[in-house]
Amino acid sequence: MIKKFDKKDEESGSGSNPFQHLEKSAVLQEARIFNETPINPRRCLHILTKIIYLLNQGEHFGTTEATEAFFAMTRLFQSNDQTLRRMCYLTIKEMANISEDVIIVTSSLTKDMTGKEDVYRGPAIRALCRITDVRGMLVCQLHYYDVVKRWVNEAQEAASSDNIMVQYHALGLLYHLRKNDRLAVSKMLNKFTKSGLKSPFAYCMLIRIASKLLEETEGGHDSPLFDFIESCLRNKNEMVVYEAASAIVHMPTCSARELAPAVSVLQLFCSSPKAALRYAAVRTLNKVAMKHPSAVTACNLDLENLITDSNRSIATLAITTLLKTGSESSVDRLMKQISSFVSEISDEFKVVVVQAISSLCQKYPRKHSVMMNFLSNMLRDDGGFEYKRAIVDCIIGIIEENPESKETGLAHLCEFIEDCEHTVLATKILHLLGKEGPRTPAPSKYIRFIFNRVVLESEAVRAAAVSALAKFGAQNDDLLPSVLVLMQRCMMDSDDEVRDRATFYMNVLQQKQKALNAAYIFNGLSVSVPGLEKSLHQYTLDPSERPFDMKSVPLATTPISEQKSDMAPIATSKMPEKMAPSRQDIYQEQLAAILEFQGLGPLFKSSEAVQLTEAETEYVVRCVKHTFAQHMVFQFDCTNTLNDQLLQKVVVQMEPSESYEVLHYIPAANLPYSQPGSCYSLVRLPEEDPTAVSCTFSCTMRYLVRDCDPNTGDPDDDGYDDEYVLEDLEVTVADHIQKVLKPNFGAAWEEVGDEFEKEETFALASVRTLDEAVGNIVSFLGMQPCERSDKVPENKNSHVLFLAGVFRGGHDLLVRARLALSDGVTMQVTVRGADETPVDVILASVG
Amino acid sequence: MDSMSMEPSLYTVKALFILDNDGNRLLSKYYDPELYPSMKEQNNFEKNVFNKTHKADNEIAFLEGMTVVYKSSIDLFFYVVGSPQENELMLMSVLNCLFDSLTQILSSCAGCHGNRCGSNAGGWGKNVERRYLLENMEGVFLVVDEIIDGGVILESDPQQVLQKVNYKSDESPLSEQSVAQHITEKLALTTNVIQSAKDQIKWSILK
Repeated sequence: MIKKFDKKDEESGSGSNPFQHLEKSAVLQEARIFNETPINPRRCLHILTKIIYLLNQGEHFGTTEATEAFFAMTRLFQSNDQTLRRMCYLTIKEMANISEDVIIVTSSLTKDMTGKEDVYRGPAIRALCRITDVRGMLVCQLHYYDVVKRWVNEAQEAASSDNIMVQYHALGLLYHLRKNDRLAVSKMLNKFTKSGLKSPFAYCMLIRIASKLLEETEGGHDSPLFDFIESCLRNKNEMVVYEAASAIVHMPTCSARELAPAVSVLQLFCSSPKAALRYAAVRTLNKVAMKHPSAVTACNLDLENLITDSNRSIATLAITTLLKTGSESSVDRLMKQISSFVSEISDEFKVVVVQAISSLCQKYPRKHSVMMNFLSNMLRDDGGFEYKRAIVDCIIGIIEENPESKETGLAHLCEFIEDCEHTVLATKILHLLGKEGPRTPAPSKYIRFIFNRVVLESEAVRAAAVSALAKFGAQNDDLLPSVLVLMQRCMMDSDDEVRDRATFYMNVLQQKQKALNAAYIFNGLSVSVPGLEKSLHQYTLDPSERPFDMKSVPLATTPISEQKSDMAPIATSKMPEKMAPSRQDIYQEQLAAILEFQGLGPLFKSSEAVQLTEAETEYVVRCVKHTFAQHMVFQFDCTNTLNDQLLQKVVVQMEPSESYEVLHYIPAANLPYSQPGSCYSLVRLPEEDPTAVSCTFSCTMRYLVRDCDPNTGDPDDDGYDDEYVLEDLEVTVADHIQKVLKPNFGAAWEEVGDEFEKEETFALASVRTLDEAVGNIVSFLGMQPCERSDKVPENKNSHVLFLAGVFRGGHDLLVRARLALSDGVTMQVTVRGADETPVDVILASVG
Repeated sequence: MDSMSMEPSLYTVKALFILDNDGNRLLSKYYDPELYPSMKEQNNFEKNVFNKTHKADNEIAFLEGMTVVYKSSIDLFFYVVGSPQENELMLMSVLNCLFDSLTQILSSCAGCHGNRCGSNAGGWGKNVERRYLLENMEGVFLVVDEIIDGGVILESDPQQVLQKVNYKSDESPLSEQSVAQHITEKLALTTNVIQSAKDQIKWSILK
């Protein structure tokens, strides 16, 4: 081994690294020559270089030794050697974090900063900034802040400078100073788009500012800002052209026609000799293809040429773009091409490929067998977690979309978990097996795969396997005896959770009752987990005779398993998924803090925000409707967009159309310019007529106005009352129902039983398609579609929609709607509930 | 995700590093404190990038969620890293500026090694190799410092960088005379430098 190293050193000759075997202590020892007189610039320079090199290699310097070296170095400011001085600045920057008292060099730096030697100025300032950054010298910063304010004008001049970089920096700075003032940004844009700029960097900055402003103001494509961005497509610098094309492509609302000019410049870039430009172009086209595949078809030929690009990233992007835009007939050929190089590309791009396949499956369901084959091969290859997860998600997606692919897909996944190192994926697949397996023609073949996990895996996987087993036992009577035997074995597991689950399922299964199975095995809890935690904690703090009431726990807002996994384009975040509190949990917390709202019980549902003002008016008001068991709280989020007014004691007065009673108004005390504030109204729901679920409120905002100085924000002493009429607010049946996902709708339907079952037939004359009817019903009732019944298969004349929800007060509610298409849509609605009222409410409001 | 546009900002470059042909770090700078804060993470990232890029000179890659543009010369590898939303051509302009500036600094040095009086116009690019780079490490540090500060592109024109660095390699130490000469040259550029210096302090404080 040693021989080999020697040889290598000889080979590279004088090229061996002079810094290779640097010892920190030896270098610091050497640094003593900083104190010698006269200063030897050459040697000192070399030592500083060594210090910076060591820091760069990650060598740790203790505070004391760093401070010592630093002090010694300050002496070098006496030398006039330019390079040495510059290296001193660099050392200061590098050591700012570790050495103490770096601030003592401030005076030296300030001297250089204001001195005659302009070679020193820039670097001296940069070093000084680093010090003040780190030390957080308040005085310094305050001082500079003043300077900065005064420099707005100078920066403005600098923005017109001839120096390319100065112009760019000045523009960036001006934007930074003004970004909270939309009008000022708009003026600035106006000025520079008219006068034009020299620097391509500044142009790119200007395009970004313009598209940001367009997005914020929801400006249309007739806006002069859009014209400006489009005009940049004709700039002579490629960097600017690309920035403009990319900005247009990323605009949230852009029609294929508006995209066309951007797409054609990107098309040109596809044949550029520069790899970076080809990459940029094809990556952006790939984004276009996600939303507007037809806009990209014109580039298909250019993209085909890129498939053989020596840069594999470019080739992958080209293929995945083609997959999105190509026809069904080209799929097989493209897939073959991908398999030829999929092993050569990075995991990030493998994920991109999988995502493309996934969207392709949705587009051409008939191709699912080709894809499934391909995916199962990819699943066997090496790859990291993100990659495997993408494949698993994709396979699960195919299974859900195409019932005929279910068995093949499940078989591939079973094979995968036999040798899967990712707990998350294994548990996910086990959960899927439990859900889908029992309903396949031969459920027994999955039992072996599942039980293997119980024997071989970690606790989390074993627990998931036990839950999956239980589902087979609950659904397949002939498998029940063997499942019970296996369950018995699991009760001897070394892990608490696994044992607990097994014991629990064992006891439930032994009862052989359909209703119990439905409630405890198929359709688990639908409550919010953080909410449950809080309620239980509360219950233990305040002991009572009464048993804990599950109905007092707020429901989960979005059923977890039905969330479509967001296929984030390329930029997959590195952050692990966290159990973040939901939006409703946050509201619950906020409302609980208000005295008047205590005693309303758990928050049942919070609606999406409803706009009560037009865009671009003096005041912007949005309302969130919070439903409780007997009450509703209306939360008005108000923003005052007038910088010469301070609003106080803001309330929104409500006049109901029905017998709803407004109990309280909770005003927003102050509403200064551009700082949002909330006021609330508490309303009691009518008790005597529980079916009166819809109501219209006319709303007026009332407040005290105090005029103020737009610059300082200081208000006048006196104010006057004023009011502002808002749009009407509707409360509908959907506000009283919370979505709940029943993974097994049939079991839930049996569980609720037909005690309160009602049925009625309606004709939806104005509806033309089944899709439209399904969409209307789902949004009208605000209930959760189950069993993927919101997807209407193509070319069908009838469809059954299953909806599940919980009515205010905690009563389960299930709806089965049979739809038939003839002239218009005929709908037979069957409602089952745990209580009669909600059933009546549904039929009354549908009618 | 898709419609979310970036906040327009001057902070363009996330990281820059130079590796040798074994993937060892010669110089590296991380400008975004949230990107790989520890030395271990940085080393892992550099190793990963090196493994994925050293075989083929492909100019651009997408790794660990970052856009990486790169270039190699003999036994050196230069990398500039930016966010996936960043304009790839901006990153390229940084990479090109870094490479061209170093080419000029190092070729003057190589010229001293080889034929002292020979012109080096024809030799550009050939001389950007590890041993020359290491011999002129201080010049390399200064060049990087003039091109990027805290992630902001300060300069993209190699001529401007060389002027600002005003670096002479070891073999031709600065004489008093040449310093004076340079100062006179620089005076012609005074306005530019003052302006850019002012800007720099402004945004640094605003961080």
